[in-house]
Amino acid sequence: MTLLGDRQQLSYIASQAADARVNLELETEGMTLNIGPQHPATHGTLRIIARLDGEQVVWVDPSCGYMHRGYEKLTEVRTYPQVTALVNRIDWLGSFANEVPFILAAEKLMGIEAPLRAQHIRTILFELSRIANVSLFLGDLGVQLGAITPVFMAFRDREYVLNLIEGATGGRFHPNFDRIGGLKDDLPAGWIDETRTVMKKLRRFCDEIEDLLFGNEIFQSRTRGIGVIPRDIALQYGMSGANLRASGVDWDLRRDQSLPMAWDKVDWKVWTHPDGDSFARCWIRLQEVRESTRIVEQLVDTIPAGPVMTKVPRIIKVPEGEAWVCTENPLGEMGYYVVSQGDLGPFRVKIRSASFNNMSITPWLLKGVYVPDIVTILASLYFILGDIDR
Amino acid sequence: MNTASLIIAEVPYWGQSLLRVLGGLVAVLLPAGTIVYLFLFKMMSFMQSRLGPMEAGPYGSMQLFAEVGKWLQKEDIYPARADKFIFKLAPLIVLASTFLLVVVVPFGPDAWFTNFEAGIFYALAVSSVSVLGILIAGWSSANKYSLLGGLRAAGQLIAYELPMVLAVIGVVIQAGTMNLQGIVLAQNSGSMFGFDGLGNPYVLTQFVGFVIFMISVQAELTQAPFDMPVAESELVSGYMTEYSGFRFLIFFIGEFATAGVFAMIASVLFLGGWAVPFSWFGWTTMDSVDNWMNFAGPLILFTKMMVIMFLVMWVRFSYPRLREDQLQRFAWKVLIPISLVNIMLTAILKVAF
Repeated sequence: MTLLGDRQQLSYIASQAADARVNLELETEGMTLNIGPQHPATHGTLRIIARLDGEQVVWVDPSCGYMHRGYEKLTEVRTYPQVTALVNRIDWLGSFANEVPFILAAEKLMGIEAPLRAQHIRTILFELSRIANVSLFLGDLGVQLGAITPVFMAFRDREYVLNLIEGATGGRFHPNFDRIGGLKDDLPAGWIDETRTVMKKLRRFCDEIEDLLFGNEIFQSRTRGIGVIPRDIALQYGMSGANLRASGVDWDLRRDQSLPMAWDKVDWKVWTHPDGDSFARCWIRLQEVRESTRIVEQLVDTIPAGPVMTKVPRIIKVPEGEAWVCTENPLGEMGYYVVSQGDLGPFRVKIRSASFNNMSITPWLLKGVYVPDIVTILASLYFILGDIDR
Repeated sequence: MNTASLIIAEVPYWGQSLLRVLGGLVAVLLPAGTIVYLFLFKMMSFMQSRLGPMEAGPYGSMQLFAEVGKWLQKEDIYPARADKFIFKLAPLIVLASTFLLVVVVPFGPDAWFTNFEAGIFYALAVSSVSVLGILIAGWSSANKYSLLGGLRAAGQLIAYELPMVLAVIGVVIQAGTMNLQGIVLAQNSGSMFGFDGLGNPYVLTQFVGFVIFMISVQAELTQAPFDMPVAESELVSGYMTEYSGFRFLIFFIGEFATAGVFAMIASVLFLGGWAVPFSWFGWTTMDSVDNWMNFAGPLILFTKMMVIMFLVMWVRFSYPRLREDQLQRFAWKVLIPISLVNIMLTAILKVAF
C-alpha cells in the first residue's frame, strides 16, 4: 500500500478537525468516552479520554500516571546492587531485560566487564525474557480482537519459558539475577537440554498462532491498513522496537551497537515490514519470537567455560562519572542514564522506557478511527503500564 | 390421532396447562443448562488446554447450580441514574422472547405446544422482540458503554434478521408450507432423486440456505465473530455492563436458552426435526407415525440441536470478532444477495421438478 506523505496526513487531520467543528456547531454533540483507568483493553491503568462522534474518534488524549511508582527517585536512596530489584518491575513481563542495561551502565562506569560465560548467559536470559514477554502479546492480541483461545495457548507455552527462567535464576517474574561484574549463579545441570526442547515448543507455538490468528481473514481485515504509522512519523515520535521496524526502519540495537553481550556471535535476522499498520507490528513480533528461539538455541551450544563473576569489591562504589547504556528490550529501546558521584548509590538515574515513547503517538494515530480500532491499535502498539509509568 | 393425544384429552384443563408450562420450562432451561455445561464450560476448556470446572459434582457437572446459587444470593443493584423500572424490565423481555420462540417448536407427532400454520413466520417475528429488551437495557443503564453496546446490538440484530428470513424462504418454498410440523413431514417423507433412505433433509438440498441461516443465527445470538454488542475488550460487557445478580442471570439464561431454541429451529428446518426418515419404519403420513415417537422425538431433536450448537460454539471459540461496519457490509453486500439468488434458484428448481 502507498503511505500518505506527511503533508497529506496533516491536511487529512485538519479536515477531520474541521468536520468535528462543524458537527459541534450543528449541535450534534459528541460523547466523551473514558477508556480506562479500569478497562479490559488497557493492561492496567492507562486512561484514554476519547471524544467520539458516533463511533468515530474525533480527539483522543492518553492520560498516564495512575501507576507512577517513582523509580527514578527511589534509585537515589538505593545502593547499586539494590537497584536491580526496582527496575525489574518496570516492564514486568520481561523483567531480566530491564536489569541488563542498568548493570551494563554501572560496569561501564567502573571500567569492568563481565566474563565471557556471564555475557552468554545474560544474552540467553535476555532473549528468554523477550520470548516470555512477546508470546504473551501474541496471545493477548487474540483477546483484544475477540478470539479467546490463543491467550490460553500463550499462557501454556509461556509457562515453559518461565520455568526455564525460574530454573536458572530462582524467580519466575522478577529474577533479580544480574550482578555488577557478572551473574549471581551459574546455570543448573540439565538446563541446556531443557532449553533446547522448550525452544522447539515455542516455535510450534508460533506456527499455531500464525495458523490460528495471522491467517484468519477476520484478523487480517481487522488489522491490515488500520493504524498506519508512516516511517517519518514513527521516527519523529521517537518510537522504537518492533513498532519502528514495522514502519520499515531497519534499526535494532542488538545489531547496531557493540555491547559486551553475545548477539554478534550468532546468526539471526532483523525483520522489517514496509506497511506500518497493525498487522505489520503484530507480524514483526511473531518473527521476533522465532528469531529469539534461534538465538537461544545457537547460544546454548556455544557457552564458553569459565567463571560467571569477575573480581569486584565487596562494597561496590562506582567512580564519579556519567554513562548511558541502552538495549533493545522486548518493548523497544530501553536505556539508563546513570550519574554517579562516587557514592554507594547513583546520584541520579534517568530511565528511558520504550512504551512511554511508543504511546505518545496515540493522539496522532487514533484520530478518525472507530472505537473497535482503538483496541486493535493499542493492542498492536503493545505497551506495558509499568513501562509507561515508571 | 393416536393414543397420546387421547391421554392428554382426559387430563383436566388446569392439568394440561400445568403440563404445558412445565414442558416449556424444561424445553428452555434444560438445553440452556446442557449447552452451558457441555460447551461453554467443558468444550471451551478442552480447546484451550485446561480442564474447566472440576470440583462441583463429578467433572464439575453441578457447577451451573453453584453459579445460579451465587447469582441468586447477590444484591440487586442498579446505577443511581438508571431508569429503574425499564432497567429491571429489560432482562425479562429478553427471556420472554425465548419462551415465545419455543412455543412453535414441534417435539414429536403430537408433542407440541401450539401448531399453527404460519409457524416459522411467527418464530422469526418473535425472535426480534429480544432486540427491544437489549436496546432498553443499553439505554436505561445510564452508561456509555452500555449505550454503545445496545445500539450496536440493535443495528446488528435488525441487519441479520433479513438474511435469516430470506434463507428460510428457500425452505418454505421447497416444503410448500410454513407450518413447522409440515416442514418436518416434508423432509422425512420426501426423497432425493428417488432415494428415500435419508428422506430429504434440507441441509443437503438447501445447503446454501443452511449456511446463511447458521451465520445469521450466530449474529442473532451475538456469538463471536459477531459479538460486538458485548465485546468485552472494547465495551467491557456492552448492554450487560451494569447488570449483576439475578438480572444478569436472566440475561445469561436468555442468551443460551435462545441459542438452544434457535438450534432447535435450525434442526427442524434443515435436519428433519424430531423425526427419523419415515421410510425406515414404513410410515407415510403424520398420522401413521407410531406413538413412541412422542417420547423418542424430543431426544432426537435434542441430539440434533447439540450438533448444531457444537458448530456455533466451535466458531465462537476460534474466531476473532469483526468490526461493526464490516459486519453490516457482510450482511447487506454478501449474505442478502446470495440468499436472494438462492430463493430464485429454489423457486425455478421447484417448478422444474
